[in-house]
Amino acid sequence: MAETLRVTVNGEGRSDQVEPRVLLVHYLREVCGLTGTHVGCDTSQCGACTVLLDGAPVKSCNMLALQAEGAEITTIEGLAPPGGLHPLQTAFWQEHGLQCGYCTPGFIMAAAALLAENHDPSDEEIGRGLEGNLCRCTGYVNIRRAVKAAARAMREGESAPVGG
Amino acid sequence: MIPAAFEYSRATSVKQAVAQLGAAGPEGKVIAGGQSLLPLMRLRLSQPTYLVDVNGVRELDYIHPDGQFLRVGAMSRHVTLARSEVVRAQLPLLAEMASQVGDAQVRTRGTLGGVFAHADAAGDYPTLAVMLDATVVTDRRRIPAREFFQHLFTTALESDELVCEVVFPIARGPHRYLKFRRRLYDWAIVGAAVQQLDSGWRVGLTHMGPTPVRATGVEERLSAGAAPPEACAAAADGLEPPSDVRASAAYRRHLAQVLTRRALEQAA
Ligand SMILES: Cc1cc2nc3c(=O)[nH]c(=O)nc-3n(C[C@H](O)[C@H](O)[C@H](O)COP(=O)(O)OP(=O)(O)OC[C@H]3O[C@@H](n4cnc5c(N)ncnc54)[C@H](O)[C@@H]3O)c2cc1C
Ligand code: FES
Ligand code: FES
Repeated sequence: MAETLRVTVNGEGRSDQVEPRVLLVHYLREVCGLTGTHVGCDTSQCGACTVLLDGAPVKSCNMLALQAEGAEITTIEGLAPPGGLHPLQTAFWQEHGLQCGYCTPGFIMAAAALLAENHDPSDEEIGRGLEGNLCRCTGYVNIRRAVKAAARAMREGESAPVGG
Repeated sequence: MIPAAFEYSRATSVKQAVAQLGAAGPEGKVIAGGQSLLPLMRLRLSQPTYLVDVNGVRELDYIHPDGQFLRVGAMSRHVTLARSEVVRAQLPLLAEMASQVGDAQVRTRGTLGGVFAHADAAGDYPTLAVMLDATVVTDRRRIPAREFFQHLFTTALESDELVCEVVFPIARGPHRYLKFRRRLYDWAIVGAAVQQLDSGWRVGLTHMGPTPVRATGVEERLSAGAAPPEACAAAADGLEPPSDVRASAAYRRHLAQVLTRRALEQAA
């Protein structure tokens, strides 16, 4: 039987009728229409579906939508204000941190969680922080470069004068 | 894939969870972090008709030192255990293991109680519990860890019984957990844990059989004064590890010896 789910998605409060077996990723894609969150596997291993749940990274294919009751979800669509790009999005573009792009939203969300806690991660820390995400194309080298570039941009952004 | 249909309710106390489980019948199940259950349900290897969600049971989310023991509530998340100052001070081997469970996303959601109830042969905490003689506390009784794990995915739990807490002895001495895996986020192909206590070394092995094992042969040789290489030759004695796509039984035996030796050499 469907139940009411109250959740905040990318800053917008919502209330929807949801069946218990609906996974969070399907709720986001099919009910909210946010198709930036991808499904890359059936075994909870690839991380393409990563979103932030109250700021922490989760695989949205590995949670029931109803388990997000009362939480704040951030998807790739909500990382930057409409029309803008988050430093991670800019860095993945500039450093060519993707090829087919299927894994990219998940990598960017996992990296956002990493950078929120570690402003200057080493290669090793980036590898560990993104261990839950698989990429079939890039070989990870440019992904690491992109995360470093974004970390640098975010550190410099913080110290830049307001409006600068 | 989408799981088969089921009914769902949320519990906010142990009492409520047990009552809901009882009412749900034998096909009812607890859902905690969902990190083991939902993958099985998506593949339809598991099709419970009723899920009782215990994520709102706050009374099971705690870490309490208590004399010689560290009491850890079942709803403690892996990420919390990995970062907890109390765990790092009182039982640092538990924090070390927690930081190596799955990946960051799995650690956000997965719980200690879920690992015990799920009883995967490659689960990490069960090894620590068995080697240190921890106790699993449920809503109705206390079960020694070595009796709790009975076989692959099989525990002493009744179908409506809730894991509430695991009581570990405090151990602050030299320790190490080495986990051999092909990919960072993966389960252990074999794991070796060592912990020095006042009474001597404790040694545990992950994924060397259907349940975790304490390598008493290694412990005895160490207390008789053997050096790590000699003591670790006994690591796989009497064990019949599985053969699967990741490793043959013979390779697992080899890994048990090598990892145990390295863990002893690196223990700090
Ligand atoms: C990609 C990936 C990698 C992983 N790697 C590892 C690893 O390296 N090492 C490792 O140990 N684990 C690993 N896991 C599993 C993870 O640790 C799970 O969190 C854990 O096995 C189950 O905990 P949970 O809270 O998610 O339980 P759930 O998935 O919610 O439940 C698992 C089972 O336990 C039962 N259950 C849960 N809580 C209780 C309770 N309090 N009382 C009674 N029954 C209960 C449920 O009914 C179910 O049968 C991995 C998982 C994934 C997806
Ligand atoms: S879709 Fe692969 S981990 Fe979620
Ligand atoms: S860019 Fe294709 S999977 Fe990562």
